[in-house]
Amino acid sequence: MNAVETKTEWETVIGLEIHTELRTQTKLFCGCENNFGAEPNRNVCAVCLGLPGSLPVLNEHAVELAMRIGTALNCTIAPSVMSRKNYFYPDMPKDYQVSQYDLPINLDGSLALPDGSVVGIERAHLEEDTGKNTHVGGGGRIQNADYSLIDYNRAGIPLVEIVSRPDMRSAEQAKAYVSEVRAILVAIGASDGKMEEGSLRVDANVSVRRPGEPFGTRCEIKNVNSIRSLGRAIDYETRRQIELIEGGDSVQQQTRHWNEGEGRTHFGRIKSDADDYRYFPEPDLVPVVPDEAWKTRVANEMPMLPAARRDRLFEISPETHFDTVATVVDAGLDQLVLDVVKAGADARLAINRTANELVNDADAASAVGASTLAQTFQMETDGKLTATQAKTVLGELMALRGGDPQAIADKHGFEPVDTDALAKTVNEIVDAHPDELERLKGGEQKLMGFFVGKIMAATQGKADGKAVQALLRERL
Amino acid sequence: MSHVTKGESVLEIAKSVRSKERKASEVIEAHLTQIESRDQELNAFNLVTRERAMQAARDIDERVANGQEVGPLAGVPVAVKDNLCTTGVDTTCSSRILEGWKPPYDATVVDRIAAAGAVMIGKTNLDEFAMGSSTENSAFGVTHNPHDTSRVSGGSSGGSAAAVAAGFAPIAFGSDTGGSIRQPASFCGVVGIKPTYGLVSRYGLIAFASSLDQVGPLGATVADAAAMLEAIAGHDPRDSTSLPQDAPNLTATMNDGVKGLRVGLVQELSGEGVAPDVAAALQRAADVLQENGAIVSEVSVPAVKFGVTAYYLIAPAEASSNLARFDGVRYGLRKDAENVFEMYDATREQGFGAEVKRRIMLGTYALSAGYYDAYYGKAQRVRTLITRDFATAYESCDVLLSPTAPTTAFKVGEKTSDPLAMYLNDVCTIPTNLAGHPAMSVPFGKDSNNMPIGVQILGPNLSEATLVRAGAVLEANQ
Amino acid sequence: MSEPLSQEVVRHVAELARLDLTDDEVAAFTDQLGAVLGHAADIESLDIADVEPTTHALPLTNVLRKDVVQPGLDRQAVLDQAPASEAGQFRVPKILGEEP
Ligand SMILES: [Mg+2]
Ligand SMILES: [Zn+2]
Repeated sequence: MNAVETKTEWETVIGLEIHTELRTQTKLFCGCENNFGAEPNRNVCAVCLGLPGSLPVLNEHAVELAMRIGTALNCTIAPSVMSRKNYFYPDMPKDYQVSQYDLPINLDGSLALPDGSVVGIERAHLEEDTGKNTHVGGGGRIQNADYSLIDYNRAGIPLVEIVSRPDMRSAEQAKAYVSEVRAILVAIGASDGKMEEGSLRVDANVSVRRPGEPFGTRCEIKNVNSIRSLGRAIDYETRRQIELIEGGDSVQQQTRHWNEGEGRTHFGRIKSDADDYRYFPEPDLVPVVPDEAWKTRVANEMPMLPAARRDRLFEISPETHFDTVATVVDAGLDQLVLDVVKAGADARLAINRTANELVNDADAASAVGASTLAQTFQMETDGKLTATQAKTVLGELMALRGGDPQAIADKHGFEPVDTDALAKTVNEIVDAHPDELERLKGGEQKLMGFFVGKIMAATQGKADGKAVQALLRERL
Repeated sequence: MSHVTKGESVLEIAKSVRSKERKASEVIEAHLTQIESRDQELNAFNLVTRERAMQAARDIDERVANGQEVGPLAGVPVAVKDNLCTTGVDTTCSSRILEGWKPPYDATVVDRIAAAGAVMIGKTNLDEFAMGSSTENSAFGVTHNPHDTSRVSGGSSGGSAAAVAAGFAPIAFGSDTGGSIRQPASFCGVVGIKPTYGLVSRYGLIAFASSLDQVGPLGATVADAAAMLEAIAGHDPRDSTSLPQDAPNLTATMNDGVKGLRVGLVQELSGEGVAPDVAAALQRAADVLQENGAIVSEVSVPAVKFGVTAYYLIAPAEASSNLARFDGVRYGLRKDAENVFEMYDATREQGFGAEVKRRIMLGTYALSAGYYDAYYGKAQRVRTLITRDFATAYESCDVLLSPTAPTTAFKVGEKTSDPLAMYLNDVCTIPTNLAGHPAMSVPFGKDSNNMPIGVQILGPNLSEATLVRAGAVLEANQ
Repeated sequence: MSEPLSQEVVRHVAELARLDLTDDEVAAFTDQLGAVLGHAADIESLDIADVEPTTHALPLTNVLRKDVVQPGLDRQAVLDQAPASEAGQFRVPKILGEEP
């Protein structure tokens, strides 16, 4: 069974919880460093270890990043209160998590996706991260371990938990939502967006129903470490639930863990609405009540969001594919492209070359600079470089973080293509193959490739593919 | 009672040390000797830090000799309640669960008192985690009342109150969540001040009920307690609930008298259940204030009668969460077991005493699903009522007057089997904690058993200077 | 709220509070907590749903700290206080079950 087949009969309902670590210098309630990859328990103090007598003090920058997230997601920024969520677990130094409960900082937002659909945002609240348990023995699995070790470096790292409404109906839409949220978080400086390192974590609440019926019982899928895995996990879970129901069973509310290698989810634990966390307002912290001036300042400090940045590129190159534009924007190279175009380069060429040749090292691209890149693209447009040659020149510019494109072209012996000479070669080859020419004229498009191949061979690959095609078309 | 050396104020001690009249090391040695001669009997201290204290005293003497600044409390011995963190010195909360734990930092108030030149001489006994009114709930034994060792010292700061009463130190730290400074001060015949919530930093105070806890001074005299409060009060950026406020100047106006001061006798706290000798003392106190120019009237604060109920839901609820961290993972006691959850269960079962478990149970219940609104939520609303009723009273009064406790110190063991009876003993002190207001207990006469009686002076937020002024008048005229 | 506290409820609460109570303690706490909750009947009858709850004694808001790194604690000093440690980490017996 595959996802497409089931869609006619079943509808998947998806709500996502995205936890993002915030890009602050320090933790949420103490001055310990917020950095990934330190030796275990090197970034700890009395506060984040929950030592008796220690008290939390809220990090202003974390609050502002949370407000930025709320602003970007069209939320109402509200007076908020930190609460204690009480449960015992060894990765939690105080055996309660300081989070927000009935009064979160961001409420009731929405996010428009590139396909035009809109996903509701229930809330985006601030909370602290937990430490990390490592299970020793038994293959590192929790249930077979001999004992566990705890590292509290991550304990107290600021998180924002973004809770969507159950508005998504397909794995594709869920993936688009996460991509968009991630792009926004990176753009506003709130997150590094690294799902592999766990700084961005996605839990998916998935249920199935026949269209028009009430929501079915949901399962919460954890341990999804990439956007691709998210899609796979949702599709798998959709099939699993449909098979259960169609087999006469019912779905049980539980958490399930995605196993990327096996391509399936595993049972985690039974989840009950009656989980008794005994939330109550954190008496050691006072409410955060942003006034209009503060909210306005945060809004004014907001950088442009990815959707608007993509629109700027679509404006100068309406035909370019969405993914290409998104790639440029997500790499943060859209402004560079705009500068390059302003310096005279062709917009569509600039976007495509940037998406394909420059995004892997945005820093190097910026170092090369707009005018050098514009010059390179112009050489290609002018026929002084073929596409392949242009890519070679760009590669060297990137490696050296700058340089003179003409000098690089000269060094490689890249010569301006002689249009007359090329036209002559084209004519010779076309004339030598009258049968193939007739078939091409008759609409057999694959013959185009035949001629291009012959011509490229005759020019030792130096000819520009586009120019060749243009000349061929003239003969038709 | 020959050892009770009241009379010499801490400022006089400091003055003599600063002027080289006496050495700090002599002052400290004398007090340590006093402790060594009598604390076997009282059990006021969990730990006497002799070496450390003598070293600190010698440092002060050296600074004095070198002409360096030594602070307004130079050479004054101070006893520290054992729920305040002290670097490298066992801090137990009189609980087995913190066995062996040495904090890596000082509480802010401990730092401040040291910066003022005072010298810590030891850590005093308390009801485990400050939960109790008699210092009988300590893992390290009862603290006896210096005035009659068959009686309790009160609690939870019983060790500190007894230490001051016995002359072990002229000042001591207490913490007050529902009366834990004032009630033992009353029982032991010393002065105790519960400051306005937020005036004194809680950083390094091991939390019982965070929204009610407040550190404050116990002193042999009003002047001593006031001088100590001046040294420890003021904003602390490490405590988010700390007021953005400098320490008040209390001693400057301490002797300004009470002429024109409007004093209200709280009806709800001075009638039923108050022992006759205590009621009589309260009346005499009102008379003394009136004779000194105050305007005394009766006033009603109706909601205070719900104080005990609200308190015994709110405080245990916060405590159940504050004490969750004692789980055998990072510090203190661990009872080993097959898996981590069994380890928690065993560690906490064996590490906590009965009263602490009782309150954790009560608080967990009050917060749990289905009961929150009926108990915790409702108690928080009652808290608002109490604050409102106090505000109304303070429209017509500058300060209020009540007994500190309905009785004088009771016998050891008298109330241990009936937790509810013990809780009801806190009726007079609890309402101010719920409102966040300051209050002080001043010794005022004795009962027929020759046990000290305490009178409580209550005021609105940040009225400490007024309380001290009224307290000084009572002290001078008892 | 008025129904008497049962031993079953007390046992459930003990589980939430992670206390391995003895049978005697369960029996005693059932009575004692029942008495305290019985005394709470005095606020039960108050009709105060429209009264705002007080969670903090003071009306402070927006108490914040600058995002500046401060020195923490020495790892070895911290681990020396722990009942068990290994390889720079706190060591605990095996954890049965995932985070709730
Ligand atoms: Mg959360
Ligand atoms: Zn820290």
